[in-house]
Amino acid sequence: MSSLLIRGARVVDPSQQLDAQRDIVIRDGKVAALTEAGRGERADRCIDAGGFVAAPGFIDVHVHLRHPGGDASETVETGTHAAAAGGFTSIFCMPNTNPTNDSPLIVRSIIDRAREACGVRVYPVGAVTKGLSGTELVDFAAMRAAGAGAFSDDGRPVATAEIMRHAMECTRELGAVILDHCEDLSLTGEGVMHEGPTALRLGLAGIPRLSEAAFVMRDCALSLLTGARLHICHVSNAESVEVIRWYKSRGAPVTAEVSPHHLTLTDALVATGTNGRGPYDTHTKMKPPLCEESDRQALIAALEDGTLDCIATDHAPHSPASKATLFDEAPFGILGMETAFPVCFTEFVAPGRWTLPWLIERLTMAPARAVGIDAGTLRVGAPADVTLLDLNGSHVFRETDLRSQSRNCPWIGSTMNARIAATFIAGRPAFIHPAFESLGICRG
Amino acid sequence: MSQATSPIPARHLLQIEGLSARVVTEMIDRAQAFAAATDDAATPLRGRRLVNLFFENSTRTRTSFETAAKRLGADVIHFDLASSSVKKGESLLDTVRTIDAMEPDFIAVRHASAGAPAFIAAHTRASMINAGDGSHEHPTQALLDALTIRQRFGRIAGLRVAIVGDVLHSRVARSNLWCLGTLGARITLGGPRAFVPESFCGFGGFDVRVAHDLPGAIEGADVVMLLRIQLERMQQGLFPSLGEYHRLYGLTTERLKRYAPNAGVMHPGPFNRGVEISGELADSDRSLILQQVANGVPTRMAVLTMLHEARRAGR
Repeated sequence: MSSLLIRGARVVDPSQQLDAQRDIVIRDGKVAALTEAGRGERADRCIDAGGFVAAPGFIDVHVHLRHPGGDASETVETGTHAAAAGGFTSIFCMPNTNPTNDSPLIVRSIIDRAREACGVRVYPVGAVTKGLSGTELVDFAAMRAAGAGAFSDDGRPVATAEIMRHAMECTRELGAVILDHCEDLSLTGEGVMHEGPTALRLGLAGIPRLSEAAFVMRDCALSLLTGARLHICHVSNAESVEVIRWYKSRGAPVTAEVSPHHLTLTDALVATGTNGRGPYDTHTKMKPPLCEESDRQALIAALEDGTLDCIATDHAPHSPASKATLFDEAPFGILGMETAFPVCFTEFVAPGRWTLPWLIERLTMAPARAVGIDAGTLRVGAPADVTLLDLNGSHVFRETDLRSQSRNCPWIGSTMNARIAATFIAGRPAFIHPAFESLGICRG
Repeated sequence: MSQATSPIPARHLLQIEGLSARVVTEMIDRAQAFAAATDDAATPLRGRRLVNLFFENSTRTRTSFETAAKRLGADVIHFDLASSSVKKGESLLDTVRTIDAMEPDFIAVRHASAGAPAFIAAHTRASMINAGDGSHEHPTQALLDALTIRQRFGRIAGLRVAIVGDVLHSRVARSNLWCLGTLGARITLGGPRAFVPESFCGFGGFDVRVAHDLPGAIEGADVVMLLRIQLERMQQGLFPSLGEYHRLYGLTTERLKRYAPNAGVMHPGPFNRGVEISGELADSDRSLILQQVANGVPTRMAVLTMLHEARRAGR
């Protein structure tokens, strides 16, 4: 029976509508009690968390760990370290791997590797179709039994309405959710960025908003028809927002996520580059693309009014060599887990637009609800997954702050007003920021 | 040739966008001076090296750069891509590093991807000249086009210029928009909607309008600039066929006479007879195409000279 006391933090737990000074008592990896500060609880180990905020460990329902087959850019080990460095204690990893995660064997392989790493809880997302081919459905029940947390063909859309309909008929029976990458590939064509004034000036092929919105419509309609739970991935533009709002108003069982980069960045950055990298910066290339300021404002408003439910990063590592090339040729995607909370805190909480509890809810309760897991809470009896946040002072985010194996992060060089001080999973430290290495171990 | 400090703000010519009217005018003036010169006594680039790095085939532009460099006394190295290690899968970065080891003073690069010259410029000490990057820009083409127009009309400000064709995918169109717009021309873009979206209106903050019929595009124009239509765009389904294009947008002697009887006709070449332009019109005295070709070498001589001066001024 080992116990840990995290003492003196401001505990912010939206699941209990709690925002107060509390000591967190952890026994056998679970939250045993949240006591008034200084009540003198005894524990085997004690951490002085005065000056920090303690929140439930964050949940990211959209991560690419690149296992199996992609270890040039990330492994389960490096990816889970990146998660912990970002305060994430539960993550859902996408199946567009090599080979595709379309079998129970691969689900087990990912879970086994995660267990050997730093403890971040990894929920593999199974493919909807074998090989992401869009033609043959996977064995949903078998994959669920092996530990798949949800299903997706992410990286690609589910190819046809017919296949999506039948997939939904299966997942509805299991009570599973489909995470949906919405894209009409024929409208995307050769597009590499948002089809707008910046693409026009730069001479880059553009992707129209409708490429995403048309499939959002298709799949929300199917969700309403079948009653199957649907979660729209990486919503990027105002058109998609309008579609989701309308289908939600009609009772479709749909949830949706938005990424920190779509909430804070626009397509203008492709022309200017991020942090001195110059035009055609491949750290601004991802799918769906960064859109215009009007889209960004629509996404923020949609998160605030509940049309979009939660924040998810779409953490997409790519090796430095693969990104150090021409814009047309670079792979789509940027890192996201290590910077998600600092970026959102800096852009929205520090200036006073959002409260801290509201942001934390978007990273804990809301994603947990979307994917149907019992996580994102520090109520008594819950697993002691705790993230300690340092909101004092400002820091420049550096390449050395990354724990991912890759470096494709547009925020290297950006000033943040928050950082993750430490992340605990089942009461064990999975990440401690170098600045807090000693982490004030207190006696008794 | 005077040793005046070059007004070019950096040691590269990557795009016309961002250059002031003063700088663009000086470049055209210098090109005109080279065009009018009767001898090549001065060789200010003796001992300097130009590398032609052409990832896309183009004999005429490559030869034009080579001739310009040699007339100024420079050495020229061609990077022959047909048999190069690029084909063997060498990364662009490694290719650039190999070339940089040859210590070029100038690199003229043409590539199918927008942003290639900017990418290469970040990894070399040479001065980059963009000889065409994807659909982005082709600065020396716009400069020689502007020179041609000025030779014919004596001015550019206030002239009505129509650019007709696949503007969306045209680096020549974009560079001309920046160049002519900066110099005060009034521009109409014409062509099918898939090639000339409405979003081009007011491009760059200039007097730019869009028309989707040929008469609307060229009515009253002083200059009609035609762009080559690529068959592969038809094959991608953007527009029905070359025949349909010619029927709706092809410029013939008769159409020119009806809508823009005093206009000069230009084309960056190579042109498709019977598609964007009739053979008869291309060969007529309305055509400025041969003057454009003749202006290629003097324009590139001016650019090389001005970049050389910028390098010597420490930029």
